[in-house]
Amino acid sequence: MYATSYHRPSSISEAAALLAATDEAKYVSGGMTLIPTMKQRLAAPAALVDLRHVADMKGIHIDGSRVRIGAATPHAEVAASSALRSACPAVTVLAGLIGDPHVRHMGTIGGSIANNDPAADYPALALALGATIVTDRREIAADDFFTGLFETALEPGELVTAITFDLPEKAGYAKFRNPASRYAMTGVFVARRGGSVRVAVTGAGADGVFRQADMEAALAGNWSADALSGIAVPSSGLLSDIHGDSDYRANLVKVMAKRAVLAAG
Amino acid sequence: MGIEGIGARVTRKEDKRFLTGKGRYTDDMVVPGMKYAYFIRSPHAHARILSIDTAAAQAMPGVIGILDGKQLLADGIGNLICGWMIHSKDGSPMKMGAWRPLAADTVRYVGDAVAIVVADTLGEARDAAEAVVVDYQPLDAVVEAVDALKDGAPQLHPEAANNLIFDWQIGDASSTDKAIAEAAHVTTIEIHNNRLAPNPMEPRATLGIYDGAEDHFTCYTTSQNPHVARLVMSAFYNVAPENKLRVIAPDVGGGFGSKIFIYPEEVVCLWASKKTGVPVKWTSDRTEAFLTDAHGRDHVSQVKMAFDADNRITALKVDTVANLGAYMSLFSSSVPTYLYATLLSGQYAIPAIHANVRTVYTNTAPVDAYRGAGRPEATFLLERTVETAARELGVSPAELRRINFIREFPHQTPVIMNYDAGDYEASLNAAMAAADWNGFAARKAEAAGRGKKRGIGMSCYIEACGIAPSAAVGSLGAGVGLWESAEVRVNAVGTVEVLTGSHSHGQGHETTFAQLVAERLGVPIDNVNIVHGDTDKVQMGMGTYGSRSGAVGMSAIVKALDKVEAKAKKIAAHLMEADESDIVLENGELKVAGTDKALPWFQVALAAYTAHNLPSGMEPGLKEGAFYDPSNFTFPAGCYIAEVEIDPDTGTTDIVQFVAADDFGNIINPMIVEGQVHGGIAQGIGQALLEGVHYDENGQLLTASFMDYAMPRADDLPSFKLSHQNTPCPGNPLGIKGCGEAGAIGSPPALINAITDAIGTNALTMPATPQKVWKALQSAH
Repeated sequence: MYATSYHRPSSISEAAALLAATDEAKYVSGGMTLIPTMKQRLAAPAALVDLRHVADMKGIHIDGSRVRIGAATPHAEVAASSALRSACPAVTVLAGLIGDPHVRHMGTIGGSIANNDPAADYPALALALGATIVTDRREIAADDFFTGLFETALEPGELVTAITFDLPEKAGYAKFRNPASRYAMTGVFVARRGGSVRVAVTGAGADGVFRQADMEAALAGNWSADALSGIAVPSSGLLSDIHGDSDYRANLVKVMAKRAVLAAG
Repeated sequence: MGIEGIGARVTRKEDKRFLTGKGRYTDDMVVPGMKYAYFIRSPHAHARILSIDTAAAQAMPGVIGILDGKQLLADGIGNLICGWMIHSKDGSPMKMGAWRPLAADTVRYVGDAVAIVVADTLGEARDAAEAVVVDYQPLDAVVEAVDALKDGAPQLHPEAANNLIFDWQIGDASSTDKAIAEAAHVTTIEIHNNRLAPNPMEPRATLGIYDGAEDHFTCYTTSQNPHVARLVMSAFYNVAPENKLRVIAPDVGGGFGSKIFIYPEEVVCLWASKKTGVPVKWTSDRTEAFLTDAHGRDHVSQVKMAFDADNRITALKVDTVANLGAYMSLFSSSVPTYLYATLLSGQYAIPAIHANVRTVYTNTAPVDAYRGAGRPEATFLLERTVETAARELGVSPAELRRINFIREFPHQTPVIMNYDAGDYEASLNAAMAAADWNGFAARKAEAAGRGKKRGIGMSCYIEACGIAPSAAVGSLGAGVGLWESAEVRVNAVGTVEVLTGSHSHGQGHETTFAQLVAERLGVPIDNVNIVHGDTDKVQMGMGTYGSRSGAVGMSAIVKALDKVEAKAKKIAAHLMEADESDIVLENGELKVAGTDKALPWFQVALAAYTAHNLPSGMEPGLKEGAFYDPSNFTFPAGCYIAEVEIDPDTGTTDIVQFVAADDFGNIINPMIVEGQVHGGIAQGIGQALLEGVHYDENGQLLTASFMDYAMPRADDLPSFKLSHQNTPCPGNPLGIKGCGEAGAIGSPPALINAITDAIGTNALTMPATPQKVWKALQSAH
């Protein structure tokens, strides 16, 4: 790791000011990606602005059907939230499947969303729930937010402060873990609100998280795992690596989608 | 046995410091003036070094010195060597290419060390390393051993034409071929044994200290055999004569074979300490460990097994190509030869065996011994072949094994080994009973109702431990003898120190060796201290690998204890005015048999040191040493059964049952033995289902971190059902066979046999990842 300076702001405005004050400064939340990257000397921010102590960015609030999760909320807190578990258990299930206990106590939802790792879990949740990504400057629909591998609609210096979404009627998440990293080799989040169904796939897409339109149409007409049986998932556009080629991932997309629907009930 | 003696489940004495973070590892060592090293390594799998420009880096903050391979060569530091000579079948010696501790002109794998930077801090050393400009001319690389043998393949070493190191054989080709030609049935199969990264929890580290006033070197290092390290660095690498070199291997956090060998870093840090005038410490990071720790396995074999009309095995023919990587590591040549092909008879009476082994250079990390070292390769080959034959012949796998078992001992195999004792059917029966083998059909039907494919598979392994009779291995090419030493020092108050040439890096010697002393002398284990791992403290010893510390290391302690006991009895007889032959040592007392006369142990020890009243002519003191050279290998054996459920949708394997029935001979501490078996099976499951080193076609390592190299984790493992059917080893005083590697040897074929049973197809290589199993299912349907 190269030398860097560390800052611990307690408000969003202080964080933004600190970031602006140093060239090559970076926000760090749980640091689950950034810190290992720095240790490998692949990233060298001159300053780190730690978001984990900004009170306005923490906590889970459910107001009627609207859920707001502060960006600096760690996965373990989401996984353990009894309010969320009764309102939308798929969210807590997903959070509980991220990494291991150490990772879940450090990593945050905002960090995961902003990093947009193609194998991260939260992007699938955000896309399937039609979430809104709240920043210190604006609100961005999830559909517009994830723009490619590790790419988002965030502008330089823009800070994710919260994720909000309406509770779905039904939602489910199924994940097939990479045997080495335990990241999603394929994760599928399904959600239904009235006649509208969203199916979001992470871990499998060569361009990152994506919606599976054929499955959404099939499930809108018939909300059951069987409705997916006839769908052929193309392997084009899917990732291939030493753990799984695109054919295998295409299979996993379908299998995990079915399991997500079954989990959603 | 007493509550602390042989056979007792004593909790480990060493665990208090390990579990409280008080272990003393090489990286914990701090000496005055110590500085930090960073190695510049080749990013290319194969390249010529055109130039190394250190000018800018030398001027950077904190830099003390930057040294390269040309300087090392100029100072006369020798090449790293392989210490076991193998001759090809044409009589020519193996073709060992030069391995410079720092490459001077050519790099041959990604991670090959090129230069060392020494600086005040590790960060400064890394900063400077980035400023060193190494100009490489990349060359074509070859990764797979089979490809390296092909015409036109990139050539690694001028000494080894066609990358062939040796072409060796064992057994009788003509009788084997004749039996195959006359066989009622021949099973033919290709067997791959996947390349593994050892991944001990503690990465390698070394601290080189040169004392200019005494012209003396001290080397702290993560070694399984510090005396061998000193011997090799003195005799071959020209670091310093043995009396000027102290090697200390303090607490070592796992080795699995990978810390037997002498690596470039120890040699270079010692040399660099002299060059720079400061102590130099280096600690590997995990990616360096993946790149440069000697890998294990990596065989491709063609196999034919012949049967007569009664399903008796009449012959086995094996043709193996073994990948040794870019350089010959210290014992690399012995692993695919005498530690492998000599075990190809397994538990079976096979009249004719012939094995041919070609070892090959490739642009990959060196390959050497890894837990089991040759024996897992032999067992996997044999047990996959027997299982396949059973399916082809339509007989039960248990029955086919049973009718071919060796039942009389000693048994001379056609491949050197002379098995001394065993009862293979006892382990088979115990394992089948524990697994409820006969109830499998019902479990399979029940699983099918849940949409799962259930399979069961067994593996009957044998291995050779207790390495080894020195004269025998000498005749086979070993450059060292494989005896062990011990010194037992009884202090004046009766407490005991045992100095052993064995080295504990997880095995629990501080407990088990103390149990032996407690058993023999009746002193509490808290009064026994085990000293190891320091060439200045401990007499010459050969170290720990090949499950040898019990069978060989403890036998040396027994011999020393025999001498201590004999002298103590002489003293006691003298003090109690009894005949020496009437003295017995029981419960910590020396008694005159048949009387109430007794002296406590400490009084006899005290008498030895006060020397006020010793038998005439006796020297004072109570301290004895011994060397033990084994008369034969030992032969642990057993039967493992794995039962799995496959999720046909994803190809995921769930191990629903795992049974291990082992014959380890006599056992000192059952708890520690069970721990060894648990760990071994975990590594075997890792090899079978998860682990595999992958290089791309250019020789770049794709599995260079835990993000891509799948190590077994707790939730990958089932609970294990263990049992022992022990037949004491007749070859050593304690009847011990060894238990350190069995789990890793016996488990992979049991798992692959179970998975292939479940999915109904035989074509499956390790690791049997979900993708591979799913694809095998797709092609089977």
